[in-house]
Amino acid sequence: MTDHPEKVIEVENLVTHYGPRKILDGVSMNVNEGEIMVIMGGSGSGKSTLLRYLMALEHQTSGSIKLLGQDIDTLSQKEMFDLRKKIGVAFQGGALFSSMTVGENIMLPLYEHAELDMMTMEIMARMKLEVVDLAGFEDLMPAELSGGMIKRAAFARAVVMDPKLLFCDEPSAGLDPVVASALDDLILKLRDAMSMTVVVVTHELESVFKIADRVTVLDRGKILFIGTLDELRNSKSERIQNLLNRRPEEDAMDPDEYLRRLTGQEESVGDATL
Amino acid sequence: MAAKDSANGAAKLADRVGRWTVSTVEEVGNGGVLVAESLYWLIMGPSLKQPVRPGAIVVQMMEVGIKAIPIIAMLGGTIGAMLAIQSIYMLRIFGAESQVTYGVAFSVVREFAPLITGILIAGRSGSALAARLGTMKISQEIDALKVMGINPVRFLVVPSLVALVVMVPALTLFNMFVGLFCAGLYINADLGISLAAYFDQTITILSLDDLLHGLGKSVLFALLVGVIGVINGASVTGGAEGVGKVTTRSVVQSISAIIVTDMLFAFMATR
Repeated sequence: MTDHPEKVIEVENLVTHYGPRKILDGVSMNVNEGEIMVIMGGSGSGKSTLLRYLMALEHQTSGSIKLLGQDIDTLSQKEMFDLRKKIGVAFQGGALFSSMTVGENIMLPLYEHAELDMMTMEIMARMKLEVVDLAGFEDLMPAELSGGMIKRAAFARAVVMDPKLLFCDEPSAGLDPVVASALDDLILKLRDAMSMTVVVVTHELESVFKIADRVTVLDRGKILFIGTLDELRNSKSERIQNLLNRRPEEDAMDPDEYLRRLTGQEESVGDATL
Repeated sequence: MAAKDSANGAAKLADRVGRWTVSTVEEVGNGGVLVAESLYWLIMGPSLKQPVRPGAIVVQMMEVGIKAIPIIAMLGGTIGAMLAIQSIYMLRIFGAESQVTYGVAFSVVREFAPLITGILIAGRSGSALAARLGTMKISQEIDALKVMGINPVRFLVVPSLVALVVMVPALTLFNMFVGLFCAGLYINADLGISLAAYFDQTITILSLDDLLHGLGKSVLFALLVGVIGVINGASVTGGAEGVGKVTTRSVVQSISAIIVTDMLFAFMATR
């Protein structure tokens, strides 16, 4: 439990279920201090699920997750609250509180956790708004902002406590290329200026090659690849090359299985009356 | 083949009844847990540096209580007048119109004021609570609170529950006064009994027990509306349509729960 662990995130053999369905199957990965780790993979690969577990929002079936050197399963309620203060999250849809102004949204973590006077908190909130180029928008409601502005405001809220660890869920999803690129620059800027460790979930290849130090590729709940960008480009794996070159996957088809699926008879095809 | 089908049907029905029972029991259990958890945060919050903010409670009190005053006044007054009309109509059969105060005083204080207030708050605030929490859940705002280290029960649920438990009895008391006053006006106009005599008689008839009966019920109704709203809001799945469904569900469940509780409470309290 040192203050500056070499490894900010340590995941070991993580197995998770959603109902009876197994989503993650033995995932192990590390994220080092100060690096930008991109988690990528196709839809349904389990990348969003992995992020939810890294944010300690769910309880795993087995395996362990350590954040900033602390095993999140062994922490008391109070220790968990303290750990969360060192972690920022920018959600995919922003998740700004619609009943509060942008400024109040950004101040909320300060208001709840730091004992500062109102003036100081307002100044800190405005500083973060400057960082994300939203100065002067603090009195607007989230509903009055555009998609890109909401994402930037969400970034400002995520970093207002100067976290050691920042999670970004699909930062560029649904944005035009210019705004998406500006957000990538913002992530790089935040990492360099505040020496944060950043974990980004995305499937935008351009983003990946622009910001990533290392990449984790998930496929059907398992780790397919972990390594640097060069290693990713030179990977021999066919599935990775498909992902990089945007080739659709063609699974070999089993006619019996296909028939079973169409008739809705999962167990016994013999009963099917066509 | 037919026998197999009917056996299958029976099994499916049994399966569905079983699942429904389990989910109902689970929901009632969740309600109990929620009340316990709310009390925990109310008492333990400050020592965990997660205090319930008085400001948030005041905001909810405005929303639940103060803004409901006009509609409560209107309905309370109407119900009071209605009771006076019906009581006089009924008592005329025995030529006992002058005893109308008995019927009106007991009905308003013990029954109609808490019931109407409860139903109104279920429609006004219970639905709003379910819709607000449901929307916050699907837009990941609840997750955002959690990852910020802010307990959602402490931050969102406790202020609403406290506001309901304080404001619903207050509104009920207000409803009683308005109801009795409007009934008095009608009685004055119809039977010529002076308002002073009417109120004098009302005070003689009613005991503290009657007042506590009405107010006690209203506290229960407040808890029911709050807990049912929160449980439904938190269980939302499936986007905007889901929010609409849980909102409707919470209103129907709250009103049903209020009416059943009302009957049970009256039964237990008059034994």
